[in-house]
Amino acid sequence: MTRYIIQRLIYMVITMFLIATLTFFLMKFLPGTPLSAADKLSEEQQAVVLEKYGLNDPVPVQYFNYMTNLVQGDLGISFQFDNREVTTIIMERIGPSMQLGVQAMFIGTIIGILLGLTSAIYHNGMLDYSSTFLAVLGQSIPSFVFAGLLQFFIGVKLGWLPVALWEGWEYSILPTISLAIFPIAIAARFMRTEMLEVMGSDYIVTARAKGVNKFGVVFKHGFRNALIPLITVLGPLAVGLMTGTLVIENIFAVPGIGEQFVKAINMNDFPIIMGTTLLIAFLFIFIILVIDLLYGVIDPRIRLAEGE
Amino acid sequence: MEKLLDVKNLHVSFDTYGGEVKAVRGVNFDVKKGETLAIVGESGSGKSVTTKALMQLIPKPPGRIKEGEILFEGRDLAQMNEKQMQRIRGKEISMIFQDPMTSLNPTMKVGNQIMEGLIKHQKMNKSQARKRVVELLDLVGIPDAENRMKQYPHQFSGGMRQRVVVAIALACNPKLLIADEPTTALDVTIQAQILELMKDIQKKTDSATIFITHDLGVVANVADRVAVMYAGKIVEIGTVDDIFYNPKHPYTWGLLGSMPSLESSDEELFAIPGTPPDLLHPPKGDAFAARNRYAMQIDFEQEPPMFKVSDTHYASTWLLHENAPDIDPPAAVKKRMEGMANSSSHSEGERI
Repeated sequence: MTRYIIQRLIYMVITMFLIATLTFFLMKFLPGTPLSAADKLSEEQQAVVLEKYGLNDPVPVQYFNYMTNLVQGDLGISFQFDNREVTTIIMERIGPSMQLGVQAMFIGTIIGILLGLTSAIYHNGMLDYSSTFLAVLGQSIPSFVFAGLLQFFIGVKLGWLPVALWEGWEYSILPTISLAIFPIAIAARFMRTEMLEVMGSDYIVTARAKGVNKFGVVFKHGFRNALIPLITVLGPLAVGLMTGTLVIENIFAVPGIGEQFVKAINMNDFPIIMGTTLLIAFLFIFIILVIDLLYGVIDPRIRLAEGE
Repeated sequence: MEKLLDVKNLHVSFDTYGGEVKAVRGVNFDVKKGETLAIVGESGSGKSVTTKALMQLIPKPPGRIKEGEILFEGRDLAQMNEKQMQRIRGKEISMIFQDPMTSLNPTMKVGNQIMEGLIKHQKMNKSQARKRVVELLDLVGIPDAENRMKQYPHQFSGGMRQRVVVAIALACNPKLLIADEPTTALDVTIQAQILELMKDIQKKTDSATIFITHDLGVVANVADRVAVMYAGKIVEIGTVDDIFYNPKHPYTWGLLGSMPSLESSDEELFAIPGTPPDLLHPPKGDAFAARNRYAMQIDFEQEPPMFKVSDTHYASTWLLHENAPDIDPPAAVKKRMEGMANSSSHSEGERI
């Protein structure tokens, strides 16, 4: 097991290296330079700035310099914010995004699973139809519509919660709910489909033939067997939510990473683009490792043999 | 002997978009304490549905017990609700399923799967249950029980898994054991082992058994009495000797004639022509008439009642009516019947 994890960690490093290389060169193909918008600068001034950031060097040299710094944990200095380290900027911005993402995933998964289970247990009943309806609604209506409605009714009309900004925990409630709608819908749909399939399998009949009651059949025998596909879809979704969602962060004026990322792309702020891409890539790879380990926890057939 | 189970006029139907599929159409039989009743018939004849209905394990909807009584020690199981059935299932009646590859929960340790019934029905605590699991695994012939109970189903071979399924069924010493084609999914050598195990267990425990199969060789091996099912009805029922040496229903003749034997390699196998009827629209009269070369006009018009052949032997065919012509079973079947009588007396001779 330990050996397996170490092996996976080594692969992670290789993957990260490849992603860094690929992103670096792709970025160089972006049209324009970081100075495109700065036409007020004279030719000489521009040359000085380009020189300062090493942008006059041949691309392979730039790449080599970047990678050398990266290995030492230095993501460089942002172009837009004078003399501010990319690491510091990302650190400042990732907090709110992570918090929203984790909260939304947590709430979304739990509510989604419960809805899906209800659907499966009361298959083709009223509860099934209503929860399937909710799930379809949640998946088809974009989150910013919910965000707007929540702001209007709960924020403005009722005045229960702040409409926007980021000044305390209560400010995270509305954006969390808006973000959670999608995972709720996804989890509910997957849970329902899987659970229905599992409930039709032979070992469920075996369990019923033992005299196990409905609750035991669903939770002790069905649930665990229905989890694998759900985890597969929820992992990447979690990364997406944690690394910021541009729309929701904009609507609620949350100082998150998503907003920052888009701004950086528009400004050709290479170090920030690189830094954020690497962060997202890292989270993805990490979550995939966690998912692979979770598979083993849930399903003994996937578990690695001892000592392997 | 005292009747343990008495099924009277059982009808089971499935409501589908196409209409009502009448899977079981008025079945009557009983099982006495300690005896083994085999139910034989081809796929779709209603054998599994009948026994699943006994435990109310048919999915409903779409399935439902339309009418009839299932008297188990005098209590009518057909009238029981889910809660009451949960106290019967696994404790008084338990079931062995066909495919051991799918009938065990893949994410639950084998020991825990056996323990479940013990904890629920016998109110055992974990350590008592664990002790009993070891006993049960020994009983069904799984060595190294202490360690094996901590493993998952995928760590067992097919035959071993079926032993586990048997152990689950036996856990609470049920009065009635229903074995739904317990050897069909296994390869031949393992089949023999599981059959030996079942016979062995029957000797050790005194539970009655309903043994569903389409393999007549298995029937001769394990059963006391045999019920032959066709198109949702029992067409002939009797002791093993009645059915094998004095079969009366043309369908039983067909079944016996289509069974290959070791002694005669050159003879042709007898095949029943045609296919079973569509139970969405069961035919009028005798359901077997269309495939029956001895069918008479009345077979297509009116359903035959159960005619009594002897105290233990009943068959539902107009051929037994006093006005019916005397018809001998086909030569192939006759030869085989004689062959069987000979071979069994022959082997007895050898034993002495």
